[in-house]
Amino acid sequence: MIVDKIEKRETGAANKKSNIDIPIGQWIKCDNCKDILYKDDVRKNFNTCPNCGHYFRMHIGKRLSLVIDEGTYKKFDLKLDTTNPLGLEDYPKKLKTLREKTDLEEAVACGTGKIKGEDVVICIMDSGFLMGSMGAVVGEKITYSIEQAVKLKLPLIIFAVSGGARMQEGIVSLMQMAKTTAALTKLDEAGLLYISVLTDPTYGGVTASFASLGDIILAEPGAMIGFAGPRVIEQTIGESLPEGFQTAEFLLEHGFIDKIVERKDMKETLYKLIQYHKGGEA
Amino acid sequence: MGKEISAWERVEIARNPKRKTSLDYINSIFDDFIELHGDRNFKDDKAIVCGLGKIGKQNFTIIAEQKGRTTKENIERNFGMPNPESYRKAIRFMKQAEKFNRPVITFIDTKGAYPGLGAEERGQGEAIAKSMFEMAKLKVPVISIVIGEGSSGGALAIGVANKVFMLENAIYSILSPEGYSSILWKDSSRFKEAAEKMKLTAKDLYSMKVIDKIIKEPIKMEQEDFESVSNSLKKEIKKEVSRMSKLSKDDIVEERYAKFRNIKELVEK
Repeated sequence: MIVDKIEKRETGAANKKSNIDIPIGQWIKCDNCKDILYKDDVRKNFNTCPNCGHYFRMHIGKRLSLVIDEGTYKKFDLKLDTTNPLGLEDYPKKLKTLREKTDLEEAVACGTGKIKGEDVVICIMDSGFLMGSMGAVVGEKITYSIEQAVKLKLPLIIFAVSGGARMQEGIVSLMQMAKTTAALTKLDEAGLLYISVLTDPTYGGVTASFASLGDIILAEPGAMIGFAGPRVIEQTIGESLPEGFQTAEFLLEHGFIDKIVERKDMKETLYKLIQYHKGGEA
Repeated sequence: MGKEISAWERVEIARNPKRKTSLDYINSIFDDFIELHGDRNFKDDKAIVCGLGKIGKQNFTIIAEQKGRTTKENIERNFGMPNPESYRKAIRFMKQAEKFNRPVITFIDTKGAYPGLGAEERGQGEAIAKSMFEMAKLKVPVISIVIGEGSSGGALAIGVANKVFMLENAIYSILSPEGYSSILWKDSSRFKEAAEKMKLTAKDLYSMKVIDKIIKEPIKMEQEDFESVSNSLKKEIKKEVSRMSKLSKDDIVEERYAKFRNIKELVEK
């Protein structure tokens, strides 16, 4: 939904060929400290700046390798495309170009895998695909994943990154909020664990649906998370926003997330939490 | 009614400050409406009105987004833009509806959830998500009626219903046409074009199965027209509640689940 400022930031970043994952070439400039970094150093450092600790955005593949045991990820066999419900001329073309350019099918990848031997259903969103926005394909894949978690009796982990509901599919995108949320009621009733991990940025209709409904909600340090975008809020209230507004740290302080977890500790933390939720039978 | 009017014209009708508000419909459709206040946590946010009412012997829980008529009233109602406390108040009444086995009727009429600093601090996203979550689980019949503007998650937050009715000139969309054109086309002046593209009219939404029933209304509503629209709504509410009274509690939940589960607009690749 609120893609304004974020998308702007994203486009700016894409122009500079930085920010999203690590671009081709030997060097990368950190958006935060402006230091010029050797890309291998950044990679080895969980895609964070070795100098200031700034978090670079991560592609799905990278994220998978960070949390899922090697060779255990099996993606769900869903080959879906939007009907382009609003009949926008350039939307299918845009999707096609993005698919070729990013090697992603859509803004989320879903499947099963193991975390230190523990079976999970995992969904990972990607900001490189239309800012991780949720249209019918993303909504369906997330919903299907939730239903599979219920069926397979597995914990569910979703790494969210999104500008919100996808404008190009209009009301259909909005309805995916209700669809994914309703599916989560089934997971809840089945007594299964859902861990939502919020990464930079998570906004709009994704914040206002599945991303905020985890039994446990984790976030990466410094991630921007909110419902309305910062520019919209500034325009509404007519003043600039306080330092640190809508950061993961801000949400933690206001009681909306359980814990901020560094990338290097993410897998271990998820594993530990899964262990803690296995003892329901005693 | 007959003549086709543009989507943008409908946006203007839906936003007309003289248009009937939720409380107008509530007082016309239900007997003996009693408003009840507060989220029991932070405050009574007046952009959503909650209470009890009846049609004949049937009791209802009513949850409604409420715009003001005058400037003073609009300030009090925050122009019908709910803060998180409104959704938390709504959740409180949804749960009571289930406990006391009353059908829930919601009225949707908002430009969206309020994009304010305090709203973010108090978890606007979480409040909307939780409202939809609780609504999806309710073991009583739920009917939502879009009477004016149904914009974004702030509208859908109280729209997870078994049946969604919509007044003929109401609109329901992912965002305002102004916001849509500004985000998608980086040009906020193309809002009229956006309105035509967005499929936000009752007719479009009916064909996409997002809504289940269009309630006819005239372009300019006089008092007698209003009574006739209220009567149609009352009739449809009675009809649906009577139909759902024959369903088991689980079937009521499943019917609602299936409605949203099946909004796909997908093709196999």
